[in-house]
Amino acid sequence: MTYSTATQRALSALAEPARQNIYERLASRPQAVGELAAQLPISRPAVSQHLKILKEAGLVTETPHGTRRIYRIDPRGLAAMRDWLNQMWARSLDEFKNFAEEIEKQEKEK
Amino acid sequence: MTIAPIHQSITVNAPPARCFELFTSRIGDWWPKDQTLSKGPYKTLVIEPKVGGRWYETDSTDKVIQWGDVLAWEPPHKVLLAWRLNTSFAFDPKLQTEVEITFKDVGGGKTLMTLEHRDLEKLGKESEKFIGMLAGGWAGHIKTVAKYIEAQK
Repeated sequence: MTYSTATQRALSALAEPARQNIYERLASRPQAVGELAAQLPISRPAVSQHLKILKEAGLVTETPHGTRRIYRIDPRGLAAMRDWLNQMWARSLDEFKNFAEEIEKQEKEK
Repeated sequence: MTIAPIHQSITVNAPPARCFELFTSRIGDWWPKDQTLSKGPYKTLVIEPKVGGRWYETDSTDKVIQWGDVLAWEPPHKVLLAWRLNTSFAFDPKLQTEVEITFKDVGGGKTLMTLEHRDLEKLGKESEKFIGMLAGGWAGHIKTVAKYIEAQK
């Protein structure tokens, strides 16, 4: 069973609660670093550092807007969704196989 | 924009009729308990055995959360399900992605099961929300998935 490297990177980037928080805020609307920092109990450089990691993980993109940089969720994340569903089905089918074979064995032993 | 359908297959050491029956009528007994829309483990997970039947779970308070419905019911060969959960994992009757599961007799009492989850691009316009959900929702599922990935290494 495999999970794409990109998704692993995304998952590990989001394993940090502060980054998860930032990510959810960007999912609700695109924002600049300053706006994010104003809502969070962490410094602006810390927010920038988290954004850098999210960007490297392919989860957010930035676009210049005047003197500011606006961060938003990367729509290519759709690939991550497919990966996620793929993983969900793989896991489910494995569980099903175990279950069905156990029942079949019990029936045969009757 | 199109997204390649998900394709998976697995060989199960049980005949097709048994696999079809267990896959559909006992889904609540084998579907991973944490892979759910409920807060906490689901209580029941049901595929109603007929075309137009609902595919739904109930949570610990007996609240019904629908996932989709049955588009084709052809025991023991095929079941076609509509997955109507949008990228925020909310039921949307207008959204249709299809999950087709086939059961092929490969002899020796074994079944080759194939699964195709298609029309995923229909989820596309909401992908940003989905990713937001991935980050926070589905009952901390991400941590479970991450642990699972670790365990596979």
